[in-house]
Amino acid sequence: MNPVNYLYLAALLFTIGATGVLIRRNAIVVFMCIELMLNACNLAFVAFSRMHGNLDGQIIAFFTMVVAAAEVVVGLAIIVSLFRARHSASVDDASLMKL
Amino acid sequence: MTAQLAAYSTSTGEAVQFWILGTIAVIGALCTILMKKAVHSALCLAGTMIILAVFYLANGAYFLGVVQIVVYTGAIMMLFLFVVMLVGVTAADSLKETIKGQRWLALLCGLGFGVLLIAGIGSASLSEFNGIGQANAGGNVEGIAALLFTRYVFAFEITGALLITAAVGAMVLTHRERTERAKTQRELSEQRVREGKQLPPLPAPGVYARHNAVDIAGLLPDGTPSDLTVSKTLRERGQIRDVSQEALNDLRALEQRAEERLERKAIEPTTFKRPEEASK
Repeated sequence: MNPVNYLYLAALLFTIGATGVLIRRNAIVVFMCIELMLNACNLAFVAFSRMHGNLDGQIIAFFTMVVAAAEVVVGLAIIVSLFRARHSASVDDASLMKL
Repeated sequence: MTAQLAAYSTSTGEAVQFWILGTIAVIGALCTILMKKAVHSALCLAGTMIILAVFYLANGAYFLGVVQIVVYTGAIMMLFLFVVMLVGVTAADSLKETIKGQRWLALLCGLGFGVLLIAGIGSASLSEFNGIGQANAGGNVEGIAALLFTRYVFAFEITGALLITAAVGAMVLTHRERTERAKTQRELSEQRVREGKQLPPLPAPGVYARHNAVDIAGLLPDGTPSDLTVSKTLRERGQIRDVSQEALNDLRALEQRAEERLERKAIEPTTFKRPEEASK
């Protein structure tokens, strides 16, 4: 098997995540799809790290994980406060700034 | 293992692992976006993340594989589940489209994006592989640490600042300052009287319907179940058990049993008589 297959899998997972962001309206599920996309990127980084034979790709994947953890904390806090204000977790209901 | 990782191509075992686990990962990802309930989505995503951790291990990223399991499936997904339980259990995702044809357009966009991405990888010249064996020679964790604390040390420091900012931000966002004085019990009771709400405690669930489970509505004198007797959470989830027909079903079962009993009585004498007749 060619290790490029890992890149194809990463691309597939990223595409599924992106489609999920577009079609789902529950803010939590949208957020999960974003996590899926980040994970797909990490898989690509790790595969590249193996192909090029150095550890820089793994370092970048590590930083992606740290940033994702911080992002999840803030994002979920926003969703919780949004739910408190609107009693709904749907992204369609947060349309106060729409013209 | 390192010899295999340094190889030009991967081993058969890894190929088998890739095709089996890769299929499951894609199915998990699809379930994440297709499941109606957020809890199921979260569990499917957790499964996909565990499979990705296995892939990291297979690619020689031992440190990242363990971190993926500990941080992603252990911390982040459980945080997700926590928030889903807090927020999303009653909030079902409505399937009505607000923008006409948005779903199909989104699917089309996703498909086009995927084709572009995969075609891009396919046309790139990625034929030379070094394998990670040499980079991992002194140990994966040691190699990562050496890079992290030399070349990437500033990024690492900034990461610390980012994490602290995120923690403070989350606290600020979820903290609610009380802007008015809390109402006393007397004021609350006076308000209830003024608003004409239910003054005494709410009626107990189904004890008058010969049940004492909380998910069974108590029956009114005319036999109809009263939703007021069941907790609001169960009512919103639609988890009320209807027992209004239960009494009639019990009666029917009793009648049936009585009939069986009577039939047996009709049969029993004949069976008893047989030995007597035989003796005669």
